[in-house]
Amino acid sequence: MRSGRPLLAVEGLRKLYPIGKQRIWRRGAAPSFLHAVDDVSFTIGRGETVGLVGESGCGKSTVVRLIARLLDVSDGSILFDGAEIGKVPARRFGLAPQRAHIQVVFQDATDSLNPRFTAFRAIADPLLRLQRLSGPALRSRVEEVARLTGLPKELLSRFPHQLSGGQKARVGIARAIAVEPRLLILDEPTSALDVSVQVLILRLLQDLKRQLDLSYLFVSHDLNVVRLLCDRILVMYLGHIVESGPADRVFAEPRHPYTQALLSAVPKPGGGGGRSARIGLPGEPRSPVDPAPHICPLYGRCGRATEKCATAMPALREIASGQFAACHYPITAPAAEVQTLAAIA
Amino acid sequence: MTATLRHARYVLSENPVTAFAFALFFLLALCAALGPALAPFDPLASDTAEALTGPSAVHWFGTDQLGRDIFSRIVVATRLDLGIAVTSVALAFGIGTLLGLAAGYCGGWIDRIVGRAVDTIMAFPLFVLAMGIVAALGNNVANIVYATAIINLPIYARLSRSEANVRRNAGFVEAARLCGNGEARIVLAQLLPNIMPLMMVQVSLTLGYAILNAAGLSFIGLGVRPPTAEWGIMVAEGASFIVSGEWWVAFFPGIVLMSAVFCFNLMGDGLRDIVDPLRRT
Amino acid sequence: MIGDGNTVPLLAVEDLGIEFHTRSGTVRAVDGIGFELRRGETMALVGESGSGKSVTAYAIMGILDAAARITSGTIVFGGLELLQASERAIAEIRGRELAIIFQNPRTALNPIRPVGKQIADILLRHGNVTAAQAPSRAIEMLARVRIPDPERRARSYPFELSGGMCQRVMIAMALACAPQLLIADEPTTGLDITTQAVIMDLIAELAASQKMATLLITHDLGLASEYCDHIAVMHAGHIVETAPTVALFAAPHHPYTAKLIAATPGGAPSLDTLAAIPGALPDLRRADLPLCRYSERCERAAPACLDRPLPHRAVGEGRGVACHFPL
Repeated sequence: MRSGRPLLAVEGLRKLYPIGKQRIWRRGAAPSFLHAVDDVSFTIGRGETVGLVGESGCGKSTVVRLIARLLDVSDGSILFDGAEIGKVPARRFGLAPQRAHIQVVFQDATDSLNPRFTAFRAIADPLLRLQRLSGPALRSRVEEVARLTGLPKELLSRFPHQLSGGQKARVGIARAIAVEPRLLILDEPTSALDVSVQVLILRLLQDLKRQLDLSYLFVSHDLNVVRLLCDRILVMYLGHIVESGPADRVFAEPRHPYTQALLSAVPKPGGGGGRSARIGLPGEPRSPVDPAPHICPLYGRCGRATEKCATAMPALREIASGQFAACHYPITAPAAEVQTLAAIA
Repeated sequence: MTATLRHARYVLSENPVTAFAFALFFLLALCAALGPALAPFDPLASDTAEALTGPSAVHWFGTDQLGRDIFSRIVVATRLDLGIAVTSVALAFGIGTLLGLAAGYCGGWIDRIVGRAVDTIMAFPLFVLAMGIVAALGNNVANIVYATAIINLPIYARLSRSEANVRRNAGFVEAARLCGNGEARIVLAQLLPNIMPLMMVQVSLTLGYAILNAAGLSFIGLGVRPPTAEWGIMVAEGASFIVSGEWWVAFFPGIVLMSAVFCFNLMGDGLRDIVDPLRRT
Repeated sequence: MIGDGNTVPLLAVEDLGIEFHTRSGTVRAVDGIGFELRRGETMALVGESGSGKSVTAYAIMGILDAAARITSGTIVFGGLELLQASERAIAEIRGRELAIIFQNPRTALNPIRPVGKQIADILLRHGNVTAAQAPSRAIEMLARVRIPDPERRARSYPFELSGGMCQRVMIAMALACAPQLLIADEPTTGLDITTQAVIMDLIAELAASQKMATLLITHDLGLASEYCDHIAVMHAGHIVETAPTVALFAAPHHPYTAKLIAATPGGAPSLDTLAAIPGALPDLRRADLPLCRYSERCERAAPACLDRPLPHRAVGEGRGVACHFPL
């Protein structure tokens, strides 16, 4: 990772959705809000791959859409290469100069490709709109990008339903890199693919990052894949970032109880019952509607909680070098902690 | 383009019924285009000496009560009937689809206004509404077209609205925004092609219905006025002669009317097969 | 497969062949597979999409698509030959002795019926309960699968429940009549990691307490290895290897198994060590399919692989491999 100004700096990002019908004549009752993303701050440096993990409802998809400027921000700032892009309304961002610099590869390539467009037309779309290419220049650029992503030229005239899962994934990637973005957000790009195809796509992403000098925000629920590809990871829970740090450190020594529980739930191949070390999180996640701002989001499910956790929201602070966790009682000596928790559970 | 033509040829060769429907449509279009040139007799020339003669070598479909050659009148009427049908369906399709797309994609007050307007039209029995419009505005071809367009508009609006509603959160719509497409361009260039196959089927059904509508209005006297040749009027005029045995006056226009509607309905499936890329293996 | 001669297997599949007649040709989805499952055992059928594992499960339950034809083989469950049995006989055991849970829990449940009633339906059909007892028994089942506040939840509709809860309801329905065999067809695809762990732990616990055999259908080798004692690896309609889990990972004998293990991210230390599996699944509609369907992707393939019938070698206690040149 190179030093200098980070490519992306997110500060205090919030996204709130009003709940319930807004009636003009109902006074007095304060409206309720669903806190999809609550005070999220992080950076992505040039050439870095940052992983964003969390389960459904944690807000990672919302973060993706906020950074990609598909959604409007409720609060906070998004600085892309020094420019404040959070204030630009999502409707108008298509005209902003940064539009081509931030692109997204979606999870389900079948859903993200227009069924009526050929692969060629799908890849050409951003080139037509953002770079105003046409004719032979367009054709040669599309073919070049197809070659980069390992897509044979003959497949360009096919429709999505005539392509395999891996081929569709490549079309999605080709479309995203066609306009030479600086930041590529990958929203679960391989979760719909078979294991054998997944390896190829991950290798391709790795190669492209080097060749094209990209930064990645890799969002996934598959922790194994995140571990292989990412330099740093961010763990989200209920709209908050609960842990961040270098990927291998977080995997080896998680500091936040939620990260620990998450890692223990990942099946480990080889047999031999990793189940004995399972750390469970009893109960269901708290409601994201009007959450109490002074209660830790994991309170009620966490085995380490005390009353302090219900009276002050823990801030993300540095626990070990480079590792941050938002917890009043972070795990400081992992091996010993596991024993204690297992005894309590 | 050639891929589409090749696919079209494949579809037609696989489906004899569709091929037949297309051939029939081609024949009708030919009649409409060449009209008077194909008619052996002047459709308006009456020859009372020859009135009510049955089908013969000279008059293939016989003559009507004023001695006019029925075959010629049918051929010439094709232009009028097809013209009315195509124009009114084009209007209904064009305006209805755009309104429905806007309503389904944008939601909010556009959806509410379009929804109420469409509901209002659909609250009436449609043919009665058409009758009312023509009666109020006057008996001429233009008003028949407008009336038919209005009563067919709701179907397109509803269809395109629900399709747009389903698709507006689809992944490819988000991807299109990332590519710098504005909202209007997304609706017209990305969503509309996706709903075209469904609309094609509807267009063909509506074409048949529009012809029936125009014929129906003429049958009750609210449509085209005599002596203009139009299938519906011809059936109306010939209806009173059936009991007295001159069946051909109503029969031939009726058969042609039926065939035209039949042809359009069959074409619908074929059109969709050709237009929809998902049908290509 | 070498089996323990003392105990009769609960489920014995032998030489099963299934074809699908489609417009574009006949798909030979499953070709001559066989395996055995004993009471209380856990076994996984592991394979990528198109390997035929779900089709096999559906054939056992008798819920194959109308376009499917069973071309060969026998499925013997508890002494009853399922492929020859009458519809009535199968309907009797299906739901009572033999149960299945599906991949997408919310869509597998009836959306317009409260979940408590759906469980009660099964109890009334197969269990020995009266109409008066059924609702309370249903609530008991919900409590057994650890759904909080079961009396209230019994009146909920599937769309009001999360994916994990819907899957628990499915498990409750499947286990309502204490079946002897539970088939779980990709039960945790689409669920969060922690929910997946909870659901699989629940199935394992209930299976152990009821001495129920489990057949897990999955593409996730890691999941299979964590919950199953035996694994059968499928490729393009064949079972290429069966082995106890630990032995399979310690020393795979079939080249495809080795490649599959090497391609699974869970075990690999870095991206460069992850192996890709060359080639693609052969088109199962071809008339000229080689007798070993992996041979076209295999580095060790020899001419014998194309035309000599697949062997089924027993290579040790409870192990079998279908390869002319095993590792």
